[in-house]
Amino acid sequence: MSEIFVIVEHRLGDTRDITFEMLWKAGELAQKLSYTVTAIILGHDVKSLAENISDRADKIIIFDDERLKNFNADIHKEIIYTLIQESKPALTLIGNTSWGMELAPCLSVKTDLPLATDCIDITPKDNTFIAQRQMFNGKIFSNISFAKSEGCLLTIRAGVFPKDKIGDRKAQIIQQDFPVTDIPVKKSFIEFVETAAGDVDITQAELLISVGRGIGEEENISLIKELAEALGGVVSCSRPIVDKNWLPKYLQVGTSGKSVSPKVYIAVGISGAFQHMAGTSGAGVIIAVNKDPKAPIFRTADYGIVDDLFKIVPVLKDKILEVKKG
Amino acid sequence: MDIVVCVKRVPLTEEVDLVIDEQKKGIKKDQLAFVLNDWDNYAIEEAIILKEKHGGEVVAITVGSEDDEEVLRRSLAMGADRAIRVDAGDIRRFDSFGISKILARVVKDLPYDLVFTGVLADDDNGGMVGIMMAEELKLNHACMVTAIEIEDGKARTTSELEGGLGEASLVELPALITIQTGINEPRYVSILGIRKAAKKELKIINLADLGLSDEKLSPKTIVEEVYLPPETEGAQMLTGDPDTIASDFIEILTKKGVME
Ligand SMILES: Cc1cc2nc3c(=O)[nH]c(=O)nc-3n(C[C@H](O)[C@H](O)[C@H](O)COP(=O)(O)OP(=O)(O)OC[C@H]3O[C@@H](n4cnc5c(N)ncnc54)[C@H](O)[C@@H]3O)c2cc1C
Ligand SMILES: Cc1cc2nc3c(=O)[nH]c(=O)nc-3n(C[C@H](O)[C@H](O)[C@H](O)COP(=O)(O)OP(=O)(O)OC[C@H]3O[C@@H](n4cnc5c(N)ncnc54)[C@H](O)[C@@H]3O)c2cc1C
Repeated sequence: MSEIFVIVEHRLGDTRDITFEMLWKAGELAQKLSYTVTAIILGHDVKSLAENISDRADKIIIFDDERLKNFNADIHKEIIYTLIQESKPALTLIGNTSWGMELAPCLSVKTDLPLATDCIDITPKDNTFIAQRQMFNGKIFSNISFAKSEGCLLTIRAGVFPKDKIGDRKAQIIQQDFPVTDIPVKKSFIEFVETAAGDVDITQAELLISVGRGIGEEENISLIKELAEALGGVVSCSRPIVDKNWLPKYLQVGTSGKSVSPKVYIAVGISGAFQHMAGTSGAGVIIAVNKDPKAPIFRTADYGIVDDLFKIVPVLKDKILEVKKG
Repeated sequence: MDIVVCVKRVPLTEEVDLVIDEQKKGIKKDQLAFVLNDWDNYAIEEAIILKEKHGGEVVAITVGSEDDEEVLRRSLAMGADRAIRVDAGDIRRFDSFGISKILARVVKDLPYDLVFTGVLADDDNGGMVGIMMAEELKLNHACMVTAIEIEDGKARTTSELEGGLGEASLVELPALITIQTGINEPRYVSILGIRKAAKKELKIINLADLGLSDEKLSPKTIVEEVYLPPETEGAQMLTGDPDTIASDFIEILTKKGVME
């Protein structure tokens, strides 16, 4: 019987959501295909993580060792490589996260198995799988198949599958020892660094006016600040605005920034890349202003305004001031 | 500090109606404008900054067509010392595995302390060429890096994790680093830079020169089909003259209780 491997991602003692999402998809495929699900946990003091997922996998393999305390792609690669050689899983699922994006490509070369990254769906087809991915930041979709091989590796986009339990499984928990073979460690962990906090906390705001690269120049940001002021809202932004140092990092919304949950999120000149939108899933209503009617943001926003922001934003601001004056 | 930087030329797709090609394997690119991949722009800049501090040579490489030389010339104008283009014919017949094998083969014969790639290319969005290459070359690696300091033959790197968290590491050189946007502020290309670039070496090599053949590079993943995003309900559009749009806009805000 074939197996599906799920590489458990955890950080600072917590199982990350992507793990549950991958286990959901693995469980769904396993039901359809009569496969089994094997979760693999590498870390130190990780027994409680196994308990968390023991009803979502048929087998849990744990490597619990001081040397696995911090994530190291090369050590993970060597250990998972050995497991793949032994069991030849049909599928190995890894999170398309910062850590997964380092682990999966080197594991793919080491195992000589095909890799499809950032997958948003997986469908079985004739003893193999079709992976669905996006390109051009979501403007195009694609279906990928795999050349004949003894399995394949897929990294999974965070947030596309439910975190729920699917089916009823009871995991057999297997502890394995850190392989004695010397793995040369040429990269060492120093510390975690937090983003400096600022004077506003966008995660607490009820109304966010978020500015993106469409704003063009640094001095134009005043336009957004004025709109925010008129509305009594808070300014946030997409990543390129922080990359250019136009606004501080603590105002960034998205996977590498903050997750926000305002009642209303107004996105101005933001294309709607999933890394940005992932941070807005808690928003009540999203209103997007973009001059490109094909901008992916209009697929997820509740309301859209197709216009040049330089034309429409001043009109919105004036109208608000007018209404507020009464 | 000798640094090799891998760069890719990518189409700009803002405000264009992307058209799927007849084979449904890609998009039609003849009407599109092209630029240096954003991530690679930061990678070139970072290499030049390190070279200015520690000396050495910066080499830019691309696997691509004659048109793709544009991004090599841009890299040279920014301050790279020389450039190499691997002429491999139509590169769409390779997957990331093949492209990384080609790049690794070129890098192997160059002097280097560091190899840089972008985290991601803006077109195919694979995000795997860099680390695959590191594995081919058996190099240490750091992924999604937003800061690099060189200390006693080691690189102190900060990798970006989710939620604004960073991870500082010490990596022994030589190493491959995938560069994340925002690591620096890429310089503009000056007229003087362009003039200087015209005199710099741009070498063209082909797969046979590298001892590679299609056989060794055959793809493991196959693009079955590309298609436009499935229709969704999408946003409800506010239309009409600006004044009407503004009134509708305010009505939504009022209904949601954010207009006092
Ligand atoms: C690992 C990783 C993590 C990331 N994390 C984040 C993150 O946390 N947050 C984030 O935001 N991004 C993140 N990104 C980047 C993300 O992929 C996108 O590149 C980014 O979100 C794009 O920002 P944008 O929409 O502002 O810019 P663009 O994609 O350039 O979009 C600009 C938009 O403005 C529109 N526009 C232009 N001019 C006008 C005008 N005059 N009027 C109206 N509209 C106009 C355009 O049509 C376009 O749609 C991450 C990427 C990676 C690889
Ligand atoms: C629809 C579609 C889906 C695909 N799916 C897969 C898949 O699932 N698995 C797979 O293995 N391949 C896949 N490919 C093929 C893969 O995308 C290509 O081989 C491509 O050349 C690698 O580009 P990328 O944009 O993905 O690179 P990325 O890995 O995103 O690029 C990262 C960095 O690598 C460097 N780099 C990338 N390309 C070059 C180059 N030509 N020259 C110099 N440096 C470069 C740059 O520094 C760049 O910043 C797919 C292609 C398409 C069109």
